[in-house]
Amino acid sequence: MSEGTFESPKIVQEELDILLIGGGMACCGAAYEMMRWAEAAKAETGVELKIKLVDKAAMDRSGAVAQGLSAINTYIGSEQDPADYARMVSNDLMGITRDDLAYDLGRNVDDSVHLFEEWGLPIWKTDAEGVRHDGADSIRMDLPKLKDGGKPVRSGKWQIMINGESYKWIVAEAAKKALGLDRIEERVFIVKLINDRSDPNRIAGAVGFSVRTNTIHIYKAKTILLAAGGCVNLFRPRSVGEGTGRAWYPVWNAGSTYAMAAEAGAEMTMMENRFVPARFKDGYGPVGAWFLLFKAKATNAYGEDYMTKNKELLNDYPPYGQAAVPASCLRNHLMLKEMKEGRGPIYMDTVTALAKLRETLSPKEVKHLEAEAWEDFLDMCVGQCGIWVGENIEPEKKNSELIPTEPYLLGSHSGCCGIWVSGPEDVGAPTAAEGDYDGVPDHLPRGWNWGYRSMTTVKGLFTAGDGVGASGHKFSSGSHTEGRLAAKAMVKYALDNRDYQPEFDASAEELAEEIYRPVRNYLEHKDYTTAIDINPHYITPKMLQFRLQKIMDEYVAGVATYYNTNEKMLAVAEEKLEMLKEDSLKMRAKDLHELLRAWENYHRIITAEAHMKHIQFREESRYPGFYYRTDKNFVDEENWHCFVNSIYDKKSHKWTCFKRKHVDLVDKSKLFKPAAH
Amino acid sequence: MPTFVRTEKCDGCKGQDKTACMYICPHDLMKLDKDGSATGHPMKAYNQEPEQCWECYSCVKICPQGAIECRHYADIVPLGGSVQPMRGTDSIMWTIKFRNGSIKRFKFPIRTTSEGSVDPYGGKPMPSMADIGNSVLFTSGVMGGYRAGKPEELIRK
Repeated sequence: MSEGTFESPKIVQEELDILLIGGGMACCGAAYEMMRWAEAAKAETGVELKIKLVDKAAMDRSGAVAQGLSAINTYIGSEQDPADYARMVSNDLMGITRDDLAYDLGRNVDDSVHLFEEWGLPIWKTDAEGVRHDGADSIRMDLPKLKDGGKPVRSGKWQIMINGESYKWIVAEAAKKALGLDRIEERVFIVKLINDRSDPNRIAGAVGFSVRTNTIHIYKAKTILLAAGGCVNLFRPRSVGEGTGRAWYPVWNAGSTYAMAAEAGAEMTMMENRFVPARFKDGYGPVGAWFLLFKAKATNAYGEDYMTKNKELLNDYPPYGQAAVPASCLRNHLMLKEMKEGRGPIYMDTVTALAKLRETLSPKEVKHLEAEAWEDFLDMCVGQCGIWVGENIEPEKKNSELIPTEPYLLGSHSGCCGIWVSGPEDVGAPTAAEGDYDGVPDHLPRGWNWGYRSMTTVKGLFTAGDGVGASGHKFSSGSHTEGRLAAKAMVKYALDNRDYQPEFDASAEELAEEIYRPVRNYLEHKDYTTAIDINPHYITPKMLQFRLQKIMDEYVAGVATYYNTNEKMLAVAEEKLEMLKEDSLKMRAKDLHELLRAWENYHRIITAEAHMKHIQFREESRYPGFYYRTDKNFVDEENWHCFVNSIYDKKSHKWTCFKRKHVDLVDKSKLFKPAAH
Repeated sequence: MPTFVRTEKCDGCKGQDKTACMYICPHDLMKLDKDGSATGHPMKAYNQEPEQCWECYSCVKICPQGAIECRHYADIVPLGGSVQPMRGTDSIMWTIKFRNGSIKRFKFPIRTTSEGSVDPYGGKPMPSMADIGNSVLFTSGVMGGYRAGKPEELIRK
């Protein structure tokens, strides 16, 4: 076969049973679980499933854990109940989460963590004297593994400390071995899912392109796992020069999961939710260990602990304000009061915290503590160290600024936007026979499970990690686990639908035409002007991204307005996004790298539009500190203690938002102190 | 820049089709300038989109020549500091130089098994297709991580 050219790319078509889109924690988990069940299926039924994983990067360092991590944030341990976990998730996300999904993840997640340790991830341990040791020392000292009752170092109720520089590398090694290299395609960016010709609510395949060769890849598949991360840089970031890259969440998470699912007709959920982490300023280094392990306090510029000073503000949001640990958004709410009233900068008081710890420690222990503090950044956010060295900050001598970042959309960290999926059947979730479903479009499922764990409302399309909405707090380990749960159900789906022959609702030529449109825009018009970036016939992906970020920042509650928006501002955003979406057809790509950026930014636009529409629909401010509808500046439990879900029509380009009833499967009253007023 | 490639150290991974940094960068930033038309330095790699760099250090850690370093975000960070790793097979060494010249060094473990030694299904059971419909992972019987939970916590069951 001849090689493709930039002008005329080669089209490669492949038929699969199962396609995995993404290579992060979720897809690595999926690969691991799936290949074993596929092997069992072959042994018992003789059916050999054709499986492939496609990643736009390299699995060794792709996804949100690419850089490494200093903690595993979801480890239940033998002392806690999955119900406690489901309660915590609910509390941090202001009461609106799917207990079935959180509970199911909670009961399974430690299995993945134990595997990580077996594969070689160093996990800190506490010895019999209560002294903590890093993962290598723990082995030298023969401390038991977690699986055998070893005691992790808890930096919080759910978090355990690790030496996680190579976390992803290790997890990817297991996934790659499970799959075998023949089943892995790296540097292929899937940009679009294809529905079945005769059933628009069924998945038939996906299409993308190589960022290395001029090739368009078309995959037919009976079932697909879409797990391509959350969405970053849809809002104007606080740093707009080189620092644009220093997003808190990985800059390569472009909303591909949400956009592709929505365009395929999947029901989305809680797309109004966002995460605005309060982090070390500019480097966005992690604060968890500082708060939880080193017991540092955050203060305003005058040394006042704003969580104590402003605690009355929590009474405005019953019952959530009365939780023993207030939700992340409420903690931001208390910080923002100080910033808005001019008592910034906000600081992490590292000096006092370390001085206090030194009082009881030997010099050797102090040195150890210092190394731990630096490792926290070096394992997962080297950029923060870059700021500390450039500004001569040694944490024992100088405090560091904190700041709430630009908004991020994700479903695996302290956020819960994503796709509505089928849950487990054995935890008491609502069934189709009960409850009211007024306003839910007819073609969508009624109860919370419809046969296959983690399947979206589109037949055959599954998701995991950042893709699964209305849950959250899965983090790395939970995303891996969620991938595994989905994978198992996918094998079952593939076997149950063995005779299904996917047929596309578009031809290969039409798809190729669409995918390479930015290339043609460029080739056709590039000589019209003398400067290739200024041309009335096309827009560069970079400028389109600036436009998106400006709209979102100024009208959809970005940092420019202190996270405020209202009905009027949203109406302006709606109109501007509409035109932006139209202009996205005029993006240019001067090379394959720019074609990657063009499609990433298209995904960002669809994701941003979903976010805006959901905020518009939910007539309250459910997440004070993450965003405020200033025209509806309250939490309205009576009318809005419900999911907001939506579907997108790819033909009319219109969104339909609707409510779904919320139901508790575990008792939430345990979370709250009696109301203060 | 964020990450940058030292001209005299980069050997373009000895003329292979792709360099280690191109292979690993999660955001497709590193590029081999084969004919030198982009940089004036043929057969050397460069960061083609510095404002998209996460400073994740994947390229720095993988470069076999130690040719890649990081000049931290110029729109944020004062000049003069540096944070440079040497990643080995079981540990990573960091040299941290402050703007004021003071230096710290740290060494942390990165893995407890040798690279390439993962045996994903070693000692793991072969599942039975009879169990494919439930929400239990195939390793749950051997990894000791399944947390059954107290039945009374599920209030609708």
